[in-house]
Amino acid sequence: MSPTVQAILAFLQAWWVEIVCGVVIVAVVPLIAGYVVLVERKLMADMQARLGPMRVGPHGLLQPIADAVKLLIKEDIIPDNADKLIFWLAPVISMVAAMTSMGAIAFGPTFQVARDINVGILFVIGVSSLGLLGIILGGWASNSHYSILGAIRSTAQLVSYETAAGFAIVSALLLAGTLKIRAIVDAQQQSGVWFIFLAPIAFFIYLVASIAETNRAPFDLPEAESELVAGYMTEYSGFRWALYFLGEYANMIVVGSVATTLFLGGWLRPFPSVHWLDWLDTLPPLMIAVVGVYCVYRAGKQPARVQTWFMWAVALACFALALIFAVPLFVAPLKFVQPGLHGAFWFLLKVSGYIYLFMWLRFTLPRYRFDQLMHLGWYILIPLAIVNVLSVGVAMIFESEFGWNRWLALVLTTLFTLAIAMLLVNLYDKRRTADSSSAAVATDRYAG
Amino acid sequence: MLDSVIFYFFAGVAVLSAALMVTRRNAVHSAVLLATALLATAGIFLQLRAEFLFIAQIILYVGGIMVLFIFVIMLVRLDVALHQIRFRFQKWVALAVALALGGEITAVLLLARRLPGQGLLIQAPASADKLPPNSEELARSLFSSYLLPFEISSVLLLVAMVGAVVMAKKRTDDQ
Repeated sequence: MSPTVQAILAFLQAWWVEIVCGVVIVAVVPLIAGYVVLVERKLMADMQARLGPMRVGPHGLLQPIADAVKLLIKEDIIPDNADKLIFWLAPVISMVAAMTSMGAIAFGPTFQVARDINVGILFVIGVSSLGLLGIILGGWASNSHYSILGAIRSTAQLVSYETAAGFAIVSALLLAGTLKIRAIVDAQQQSGVWFIFLAPIAFFIYLVASIAETNRAPFDLPEAESELVAGYMTEYSGFRWALYFLGEYANMIVVGSVATTLFLGGWLRPFPSVHWLDWLDTLPPLMIAVVGVYCVYRAGKQPARVQTWFMWAVALACFALALIFAVPLFVAPLKFVQPGLHGAFWFLLKVSGYIYLFMWLRFTLPRYRFDQLMHLGWYILIPLAIVNVLSVGVAMIFESEFGWNRWLALVLTTLFTLAIAMLLVNLYDKRRTADSSSAAVATDRYAG
Repeated sequence: MLDSVIFYFFAGVAVLSAALMVTRRNAVHSAVLLATALLATAGIFLQLRAEFLFIAQIILYVGGIMVLFIFVIMLVRLDVALHQIRFRFQKWVALAVALALGGEITAVLLLARRLPGQGLLIQAPASADKLPPNSEELARSLFSSYLLPFEISSVLLLVAMVGAVVMAKKRTDDQ
């Protein structure tokens, strides 16, 4: 390594890099959240055979910015009988919790604010669960029935599903043997396989629980508009509402990042330790370039000249980005930036895939009833998560103490867990038919 | 230097919010201030490099217990007047207990300075990068040296949990 490169590396290790990373997160996440909303609306439109937002910018590309401006200049209403202080504080808590928990997430081998914090994954989970305080306090402070019902639902839902999510995370942590975020990804690199393949049930439980934790459809009971107007944020408007919204989308990014780190191999490319697949490293620049080519293709079809120019600008930005990603592959002295750059690409790609799955589920599945939600959590997911932790532990013991093949042990215990899952579903079905056949139809105690 | 700045910041926040918590009339405001005090205490744990204790404090106290606490306060509307009458007498008891505790802590600290080697043992702090990773250390001591107390307390917790379930179930059966 030449002295210049070493000097650059030393420069990048300086103390202020972490502060810069923090500022980047705080500055970029609201923008990303805005565009996640746009992508969600576009996807929803596509799945419902509509066009979605088309007016602001080509294909509605500037819609998030217009929305943000609208929310900023909107009249700020505080209800007369609200608890002013807490009404003001609650959205801030939600937002701050989501943003802070992002500090420990490694968006690549080099981009992380709280580096090597010993309890990394616990920090992310613990701090992001503080956002619940904001929801409860906001619901209470609004002094409105819809708000408080939404807040109560939200609390019950989060407390129930966090248990299942916690156990699912423990299963992955057993395989990794550490709480440090980077070490978890390194463990997946060493074992040569992502943990989703070693603990598929844990991933599934985490997926379901994380949808419930972020209050998204089909579990979006706290803000079920047909029952509760908008749940805990009924009385909020303007920028306070935007803060809640931002917190919610930031939370989606957080759970996506946790799932990516634990189960999907973090910033590793697919097949990280198979060398004849090294050509996969050329995928990031190629994928970005393909997006650019598509923008060029669409540019000629825009109705207005401004929009054509805008498309060209986007295409040029894509090509520039592709070039940046391609340089470390072909220029040997700059090879050292490749892990950080491509790692961030793969990480964000996986997180986007996870969030896409969230949206897909939202547009596919109808909303659960609240008692169904609670039953799913307590009768099926939590027992299953506990059994899964035990069976992953047993598999680890088989591997380390009796020298079994890792795959054999894990497949056997996974099959065992699946059998337990069938049993649980069966028991639940029997119970439900027994309940509905006896005359007393269970009243929905949470519905309000 | 930076360490003591951080310590005094968190300690100040903790003491201030604890004092405000006791003096507020509104129960929800008190709960929020209690959460602030607990968070500030967690900050002190982090400043002492007890990362695991820091996150346990946040997850258990601020995340878990505080949420249930606020939940209860929100739903149970305490009659304000009744509340005040009940607590008028307790003020003096609380003052006495606080004075006694304060006196005890002061005495311990003073004695520790007076009698070398007999009071508190103040050790020179190890540098942060030489400390063993504390979640690993905690797990090791919990599951080897202190296994019996750990098991006893987990049985206790289990009993409490079963008790809570039984009590809740009885009430729903009555309805």
